[in-house]
Amino acid sequence: MLQVSLYRYNPETDQEPWTQEVEFDSGGKDLMVLDVMEQIKAQDPTLAFRRSCREGVCGSDGVNINGKNGLACITALSETVRDNKLVIRPLPGLPVVRDLVVDMSMFYDQYEKVEPYLQNSSAPPAIERLQSPEERAKLDGLYECILCACCSTSCPSFWWNPDRFIGPAGLLQSYRFLADSRDTATEQRLSKLDDPYSVFRCHGIQNCVGVCPKGLNPTKAIGHIRNLLLERAI
Amino acid sequence: MVTAITTMGRSGLSDWLMQRVSAVILLAYFLFIAWVVGNGVDYDSWKMLFSQTWMRIFSLGALLSLAVHAWIGMWVVLSDYVTARLLGAAGNVLRFVLQVGCAITLFTYVVWGIQILWGY
Repeated sequence: MLQVSLYRYNPETDQEPWTQEVEFDSGGKDLMVLDVMEQIKAQDPTLAFRRSCREGVCGSDGVNINGKNGLACITALSETVRDNKLVIRPLPGLPVVRDLVVDMSMFYDQYEKVEPYLQNSSAPPAIERLQSPEERAKLDGLYECILCACCSTSCPSFWWNPDRFIGPAGLLQSYRFLADSRDTATEQRLSKLDDPYSVFRCHGIQNCVGVCPKGLNPTKAIGHIRNLLLERAI
Repeated sequence: MVTAITTMGRSGLSDWLMQRVSAVILLAYFLFIAWVVGNGVDYDSWKMLFSQTWMRIFSLGALLSLAVHAWIGMWVVLSDYVTARLLGAAGNVLRFVLQVGCAITLFTYVVWGIQILWGY
């Protein structure tokens, strides 16, 4: 039997968070963590968590699984369970709304700061703005982010300064538009990043790289932003 | 853009660059000192070494690098852990006091260092 520990907190009835211990029989199958959560919820409907696509595309079910952030739907028991224990907690550093559901407002506020949309001051062409295959290739490893917040909520710099440090997810998106040949707002974008918090709170510990369920590398993108800032100012 | 007036150079980029450059100077200095000590020193050779102007400039450079490096590093640590976010309104006051303490300590080390380097 798998020992499952779940972080539970209902602000309407609980004074403080508590841990629910559940014995779970996986029937010898290598289930995904989300399957375990769904089956526990079938027994106890008061358990709250977010989920949608259940295949690692929507980014809704980011949780902390045995101490490491990840998407419950694509994390198999075999890759996370040690000593028959499965501990599921909400993403760290964000306020808990209920059980495993966190308030993502701070995360989205930082995302909004980087103006994650194409800005181009030139007149739009008749059909579309073209890119060479090489220019398009620069966006690989940047555009795939699904905003699950696993990276930013595993970053101590984001824990301590979530209102000032943009965080790995936001910065990855920031570089996605800085690197886009069709975007002409590079200077305005960079001028908003040259403070001691927005980018430079990153100390390169790469927790973000270690947890990204899409295998992206925010630390590398942050390094590129730093180089752009350096080239512009030195 | 987040404003912060207690950092070394006001800009994140300049702080970042100063921290890297000062780290390289400190590394070079301590490797050099380790090499000198490793080769064996006595009082006369040590005094001879430090009586040369280039060594005094090198040492002063290392000392100033230490001050810059420590200022930036301590600011980063303090603005992570000693903040209004974690400690309430008193957090900002406490951080400022600690930072002034760091500044006075570093200033003392620099002046004292100059006294040692050119005083003997």
